[in-house]
Amino acid sequence: MSGSWFIDHLWLVPLFPFIGFLITGLGLRGFKHAVSSAVAIVAVGLSALVAWGAAIDYYGKFGGKTLIPWQYCWLKFSPTLQGNVGVYVDDISMLLTIVVTTISFFIHIYSQGYMHGDKGYRRFFAFLNLFTFSMLGLVLAPSLIQMFVFWELVGLSSFLLIGFYWEKPSAVAACKKAFIVTRFADLGFLIGLLLLAYYAKGLDFVHINDQSTIEHLNSIKVPFLGLSLLPVAAILVFMGAAGKSAMFPLHIWLPDAMEGPTPVSALIHAATMVVAGVYLVARLFPVFAIAREAVAVVLAVGTFTSLFAAIIAMTQFDIKRVLAYSTLSQLGYMMLALGVSSWEHPLGFTASMFHLTTHACFKALLFLGAGSVIHAVHTNDMREMGGLHKRLPITHITFLIACLAIAGVPPLSGFFSKDEILAAAWYSGHHLPFLVALFVAGLTAFYMFRLYFMTFWNEPKDLERHNHAHESPLSMVFALVALAIPSIAAGFIPFGHYVYRGELEHHGINWLIAGASIVAGLCGISLAFILYFRPNDLPSRFAYAFGVFHKIVYHKFYIDEIYLYVTHNIIFKYISAPFNWFDRHCVDGFMDLTAQATLQAGRWVRRTVTGHLQTYLVWVIAGIILLSLIIWNLNDVIIWGLAIIALSGVLIAYIYQFVCTLLKKTEPLKRIDRD
Amino acid sequence: MGPLTTIVLIPFATVIILMFLPRKQEQWIKRICLISTGLTLGLSTWLVFDYLARIGGIHSSKLPSGIDLPLEYVEKMPWLSNLGIEYFMGADGISILMVFLTAVVIFSGVCASWYHNYRTKEFFIFLMLLVTGVFGVFVANDMFLFFLFYELAVLPMYLLIGIWGTGPREYSAMKLTLMLMGGSALIVVGILVLYFESGGHSFAFSEIAKSKIPLTTQTWLFPVMFFGFGTLGGLWPFHTWSPDGHASAPTAVSMLHAGVLMKLGAYGCLKTIYMMPEGAKMWGTFFMVLTTVNIFYGALVAIQKTDLKYITAYSSVSHCGLVLFGLATLNPTAFQGATVQMYAHGLMTALFFALVGMIYGRTHTRFVTEMGGLLKVIPFLGVAYMIGGLSGLGLPGLAGFIAEIQVFVGAFTLDSVGHRIMTILAAASVVTSAVYILRALTRMLYGPMVDPHHEHIKDATFIERVPLSLLVFLLAFSGIFPGWMIRLVEYSLAPVVNQLQRVAF
Repeated sequence: MSGSWFIDHLWLVPLFPFIGFLITGLGLRGFKHAVSSAVAIVAVGLSALVAWGAAIDYYGKFGGKTLIPWQYCWLKFSPTLQGNVGVYVDDISMLLTIVVTTISFFIHIYSQGYMHGDKGYRRFFAFLNLFTFSMLGLVLAPSLIQMFVFWELVGLSSFLLIGFYWEKPSAVAACKKAFIVTRFADLGFLIGLLLLAYYAKGLDFVHINDQSTIEHLNSIKVPFLGLSLLPVAAILVFMGAAGKSAMFPLHIWLPDAMEGPTPVSALIHAATMVVAGVYLVARLFPVFAIAREAVAVVLAVGTFTSLFAAIIAMTQFDIKRVLAYSTLSQLGYMMLALGVSSWEHPLGFTASMFHLTTHACFKALLFLGAGSVIHAVHTNDMREMGGLHKRLPITHITFLIACLAIAGVPPLSGFFSKDEILAAAWYSGHHLPFLVALFVAGLTAFYMFRLYFMTFWNEPKDLERHNHAHESPLSMVFALVALAIPSIAAGFIPFGHYVYRGELEHHGINWLIAGASIVAGLCGISLAFILYFRPNDLPSRFAYAFGVFHKIVYHKFYIDEIYLYVTHNIIFKYISAPFNWFDRHCVDGFMDLTAQATLQAGRWVRRTVTGHLQTYLVWVIAGIILLSLIIWNLNDVIIWGLAIIALSGVLIAYIYQFVCTLLKKTEPLKRIDRD
Repeated sequence: MGPLTTIVLIPFATVIILMFLPRKQEQWIKRICLISTGLTLGLSTWLVFDYLARIGGIHSSKLPSGIDLPLEYVEKMPWLSNLGIEYFMGADGISILMVFLTAVVIFSGVCASWYHNYRTKEFFIFLMLLVTGVFGVFVANDMFLFFLFYELAVLPMYLLIGIWGTGPREYSAMKLTLMLMGGSALIVVGILVLYFESGGHSFAFSEIAKSKIPLTTQTWLFPVMFFGFGTLGGLWPFHTWSPDGHASAPTAVSMLHAGVLMKLGAYGCLKTIYMMPEGAKMWGTFFMVLTTVNIFYGALVAIQKTDLKYITAYSSVSHCGLVLFGLATLNPTAFQGATVQMYAHGLMTALFFALVGMIYGRTHTRFVTEMGGLLKVIPFLGVAYMIGGLSGLGLPGLAGFIAEIQVFVGAFTLDSVGHRIMTILAAASVVTSAVYILRALTRMLYGPMVDPHHEHIKDATFIERVPLSLLVFLLAFSGIFPGWMIRLVEYSLAPVVNQLQRVAF
């Protein structure tokens, strides 16, 4: 009992959306649309209330401590190893709880307008509640096992929501891909979990993150590779994290996931679920802080992804895909920040969580804004938009705020968090990642404003669509405005006071680094302004000038094609299909051969029963000879002789039958049947 | 008459009642079957609760210390006393769980066969006879009695598939029966050898386990018996009866066979380990290799299949492989997982076969390539199929996950490189199973409607919803609240674990 009602009842936070899911999903198919969305919104609203209450109590009274207000042994592996479920309260879990509940709440409200009239309206809200429940369960997990359980459940809700328009083949392909790719990554997580469970003899984070456990783990060598256990386990866990957070090379599912309705993209594939990977690494910070090899991997993957995705984002034309690649790039940023942090330089940890928070606000806002645009013009293609700033004034303003925030223009939130990441990289001595991050900041500003100018300025390309465009309903606009406020102001939160590991050296803003990032951002914006503010042929001339390179980037470096080739042409064709053949023709073939050889042997033996007296007489004589041999005490000889005759008979039958089968002279057993 | 005898006699009594009913009274035949299976379901549910209460409740952590099976509801009567054969009924937690599973599956099976209309009387008579055998196997503690019931469970299958099956049914029925009979032959040899080696006093499992079978005997006898039971449990390379057999069998029979009968094999394997711990330690790694092949290979083959029944059958090969894999690791946690997997897979595969039967009855095809967009017309069946599929790919919150994670955690305690590689390969099946399950699922349910004839098919009727809801509910309930299953099997596995620990090497 911690003395705070909200913290003691924190289990209500995931419970409300779960109840909402049960009500909207199971029992009440006859509900009116408005009722089911109301149930869903109230459920999430209540959970947001409790979450905020708990967070205020926590940061006010218990800052920096870890509390477990409720815990229960859910799955007993052995008398010594237990899988606990419960509620884990510390700085980052509270942070994520309020981020998830708040953004989910606004997106629920937004969806009420966005999904209006859709025939899957009730299903949509049920799934959205399911997702919120799973995500909160993940965030509040006190043990790896609960983390894994809800990790899979968010994957499921993601699958269901990407495939929301399940009659559309592209949505079906996308949801399948998302599930299988993340599932593959989860295999790494699972094995990492097993390793930790076995060597650390516990699955609770309190136990695993304990210094003595980590030292114990660090002293163990795994039997192969010659590596110490800790980095191996950490890298495997990171594989799961990379899958969920769509890090290169497991990023391929996220752009396709944009097949889902836009609020889903905003909630799941931008603000919350995809940061689960970042959260997992942060959750195991003490482990990663010691496992230097693993941190190096995190840093390399994060840095590369941020650059790689930003480059692709510059060439795409689908408004949601640009945002998706932008999400990838920003997630790479967060990973990069974690990758540069250690016990000596823990600033990266804070920076990562800070960026996670601000990113959740402005990226959700961007997606919702994009949704509002799509709602108005009914297309995703930026080439068919343009000049919408007058038609959609509120969407335009809020979208601009979000663009400025992500581009890192002061004093919006993105500036502060991005600056902190850059500072963390610089102070910890990772100069190359620092330079890459700085470059990516410029690219980010460029592609975001490219999107912004192409959509809201420039010339309307399709007058038909343009003239029918109108501002979205109140519920959608409300959510946009509500999210615009934190996008502007979240940067002023003294984040380092609340979320930190180790001793955080408090240095103010380093204006050299900040200046560099501002300059990079402004360069990007100006370039975008020149290229896209007014219609001109510069963009296509640029594309032409880059030639092959542009083509490669435009096709996303052909990574999807490579995956498709590997799965279909190599795994299915050369691994799975031969197994199938082997099973039917060798394993089962042998069984059939046995049956046929038996039949054949029977046919041979039948010839001894001819019905002719002479033949029987021969057998009688043979019998007499045998008996007389027994009388002469030659039992062994007879037994062995008979055995050899029988065995060779069987063998001959087999060989005969096998040859017949090869020469296709026998009828397959199956065809002998009636039908 | 104790509860165990009652539960065996209820289906047998039904057989006798059915014999005296006129064959025209199809509705009554079905109703009587429904009532009797409902009775067994009620009784077995009571047994679960009662057994849990007897062992101190879910939260107790008391475990039996000896190597005696913690039997309850024991009924013992001399039968052929000069040979030491007894009518010896008794149930431990595993038996209870399996009895419960059997009752659930047969109840669902009867509901799912509600529209059966060809030689109905005989069909249900054989079905009930089969169930009598299955119940008997799980509660018999005398090997002679055990084998009697075992054969009773295997034999009616020939007629059920041969007469009421589809496709190449005579071939499948013959293949299934002959292969399982081959396994039985090995088991008979095993039982007799064990009887004589243990001194020829008793056929009871515990007595034989206590008598310490000589090492040389165990060395050769263990694989013989493990292969014997393994054949029924779907052990590679003796699994090929399963795809053909399950594909040809009528719905209820597939449900019962894949759902329960394959578990008889695994149950027998567990008893084999219990009786011959040294043999188990010697051969454990060998069988781990085979079962790893099972798991991985079953999943890979399933990817290639387009016939729903074949997909389900190969997924059974893969999932039952996990049961045997868990047993072969000889680790307490993996044992728990394996036993829970027996239960979880039973529910799941029964659900699958019930659904396949219902979907086939509507679309007249079992090929996923000829289906598409069915979610629109049969949402209930579609959602049930999805939940079953999700349990199959080990989604947390459903029973399959509980089993898988326990098996993997247990198997991971074997820390040599070879064992690790096998465990990782087995764990990799979570990816391959996701591939084949999602491929089938999305092909069949999602996307645009492929066949215009399917526009007008109807969703599940009330009597069809009953078994589906029951199975889905149990999958979810057991997945969310696994404590009771774990307690049941943990308590009852203790003697096996103690027996293995008693062995020095």
